[in-house]
Amino acid sequence: MVNLIIDGQHVQAEEGWTILETARYYGIDTIPTLCYREGLTTDSSCRLCVVEIISRGRSRLSASCSYPVQEGIEVRTNSRRVRQARKIIIELLLASCPNSKTLQCLASQYGIKELRFKVEDRGCILCGLCVRMCKEQMQAGAIGFFNRGVDRRVAMPFHVRSDVCRECGACLYICPVCELQCRGPREPGDLCNGCFEAIRIDPFPSRD
Amino acid sequence: MKGSLSSPKDLNEYRKSIQSTKKKFEKVISVCGGTGCHAQNCVQVREEISRELDERLLSDKVMVKFTGCHGFCEMGPLVVIHPAGILYVKVSPSDAQRIIESSVVGDSVIDELLYKDVATGKNFEKEQDVPFYSKQKRLLLAMNGMIDPQNIEDYIAQEGYSALVKALFEMSPEEIIKEVEIAGLRGRGGAGFPTANKWKACRRARARDNIKYILCNADEGDPGAYMDRSLLEGNPHAVIEGMIIGAYAIGATEGFVYVRHEYPLAVENLLKALEQARQLGLLGDNILGSGFSFDIKVSVGGGAFVCGESTALMASIEGRIGEPRVKHIHTAEKGLYNRPTNLNNVETWANVPIIIREGAEAYARIGTEKSRGTKIFSLVGKVRNTGLVEVPMGITLREIIFDIGGGMANGKAFKAVQTGGPSGGCIPESMLDTPVDFERLTEVGSMMGSGGMIVMDESTCMVDIARYFVDFLCEESCGKCVPCREGLKQMRFILDDIVSGRATGKQLELLKELAEVVRDTSLCGLGQTAPNPVLSTIKYFEDEYHEHIEEKRCRAGVCRDLIEYQIDADKCTGCLRCKAQCPVGAVLGEKEKPHHIDLSKCEKCGICYEVCEFGAVLRK
Repeated sequence: MVNLIIDGQHVQAEEGWTILETARYYGIDTIPTLCYREGLTTDSSCRLCVVEIISRGRSRLSASCSYPVQEGIEVRTNSRRVRQARKIIIELLLASCPNSKTLQCLASQYGIKELRFKVEDRGCILCGLCVRMCKEQMQAGAIGFFNRGVDRRVAMPFHVRSDVCRECGACLYICPVCELQCRGPREPGDLCNGCFEAIRIDPFPSRD
Repeated sequence: MKGSLSSPKDLNEYRKSIQSTKKKFEKVISVCGGTGCHAQNCVQVREEISRELDERLLSDKVMVKFTGCHGFCEMGPLVVIHPAGILYVKVSPSDAQRIIESSVVGDSVIDELLYKDVATGKNFEKEQDVPFYSKQKRLLLAMNGMIDPQNIEDYIAQEGYSALVKALFEMSPEEIIKEVEIAGLRGRGGAGFPTANKWKACRRARARDNIKYILCNADEGDPGAYMDRSLLEGNPHAVIEGMIIGAYAIGATEGFVYVRHEYPLAVENLLKALEQARQLGLLGDNILGSGFSFDIKVSVGGGAFVCGESTALMASIEGRIGEPRVKHIHTAEKGLYNRPTNLNNVETWANVPIIIREGAEAYARIGTEKSRGTKIFSLVGKVRNTGLVEVPMGITLREIIFDIGGGMANGKAFKAVQTGGPSGGCIPESMLDTPVDFERLTEVGSMMGSGGMIVMDESTCMVDIARYFVDFLCEESCGKCVPCREGLKQMRFILDDIVSGRATGKQLELLKELAEVVRDTSLCGLGQTAPNPVLSTIKYFEDEYHEHIEEKRCRAGVCRDLIEYQIDADKCTGCLRCKAQCPVGAVLGEKEKPHHIDLSKCEKCGICYEVCEFGAVLRK
């Protein structure tokens, strides 16, 4: 067993568990995720699950979904530094996918009141869940990434309908953004903040 | 060439026979065949020299060597005549005849072709006396000027592969690693990780089928950097010898050199070198009868910058998309094809034979306490002597730029030096006395990187430079993780706003905030270091950012949206020169009457400013 501290609690984890798994096992539910899903391989690409890891007197941010537990480390899942990083990441994602309900809700939770980045609506956050779902669970591999960097997109090979696609809809099912659009904002870039107003309390009070 | 060598004794005898054949030659003319000199027509220079020698029936007395890069690229094509060591610079094919006439047949020197120091007006006859070379410590690069990279005999004659013999027959793998540890060798690819620790971890790692790999990272992609390229082109056997020694120390059976296809000469010379080494039994099964077998393959990459990252490089060799993955399980345990893998950079590998041959103690005496040995930099930008320089660690930036580099070109004032490539930072004049080593460069907000060193003068806008590097990284990001893909894109938008005068002070704050998050949360080294140019320019040149934002002014006169060209009617003589050169017809006026610029048409290309001999065109 590996001993570590998460948000002040001394916990034990099995060798090979990730920090995210351990935190959730202990009911610590302050780590949001987008590209992580049980049953699929871990990509660590959305970076929303970053946590502060303190080991040997040094603190750094790392994605908890892939970081294996280590003896004696201290993890802060919701420190000011972590929240600040997540806020920027949510803002960045909203700038590329402004009407996603998932992202709007996250924005409310993290107290984001204004979108400071230039909005370019792509309707996709490139989390890659659909690609992994199709390949790993549906054994099809009908879709994949193409292009590099800012031009990266999800598509079928050569933009032609693939024979291996069975139209099972698993990609739609797992997509965190192609759902009913958030009702709140009118213009791309507007923030709904409905949940924020309704809840009125910070659901994730900082532990600093 | 000789057949397979089956013992160290064979190699020794072979070396002696090569050396005695070479003694027949009275003189050796070494013509630089580096990429820089290639662009300056060195191929024809060599042909002319050979033809001239043939005509004078001197071919069996004088040898012409077409070598790798000598380093002094500014002055190419370079010709050095040994044993006197006379250096001729900027040689053109038509000079061949008189060079042979006076310096090969006769013993005189042609003054016009010598290197002349601009500051003192002094001529330098010998290569080793030229300030550019005399202040360097050329452990690795020295051999570049002496050997023909396409001929293994040259390398063997210079005691090549003697380190391999020592390693295979006199040392155990543990002793080799210990030797590298005492030498204090650190990775030359940029991060500066102790090489011995890397090797130890890979040696310790258990391979499920006894296969371990060693890799050579030759995916050099920094703009303005060509150290690894020149080593591979000019001295591929040093890299190969280093890799064989490393493989023996780690217990690897197979190696790969990952080199980008933009380096065709490096690929060609490397493939030839591997073939020759294999023929001599220095590579392949049972190397020199030692019982150790190892071979190297070449993997030619497509030239993506991100493929220099270790996990992306391995993915690319495997034939997958070159994207990094998280490295919580080290590549020393699970790397290429999920087997223990050790990756080092070209320059690191080339250091290994020197350490083994000369001994770790001798090597460790060079450099500073934590950074030992030498480092090759490609000194480029607004400096007088551009080229490849190899210096002992701990030398100051000022010595590199002003003593070796000869100071600023065009007499303009120094502004900053950028080290470490696009992920490095800009260092201002006040920090020029910083000693060059891994720690100190990181402390001042830059990094050693693979060794690019770009010198900038007062005509460089620091905001524009930051924008250029962010733009480069934006193009080269693989796009996998959000902070790097989206963050760099937004940083580019903000910098675009700043250089065009649309930005507000709030955006500068946002830029800083964003840069820090991109640095802290990105998946791989590319994203984690990508904000460095922005953060370091904000740290040292924040004034310039404020000038762009608040005063809408670019002091270097680079940002087009913030400058305006006008003609001073008092100074203008009406020579029509600017009018003739203006590509958009924005200059109006008649002969011998003052001109003026139609600002609605002006594209702000600055040609009028450049061509005016009377200083009448003003940039505001």
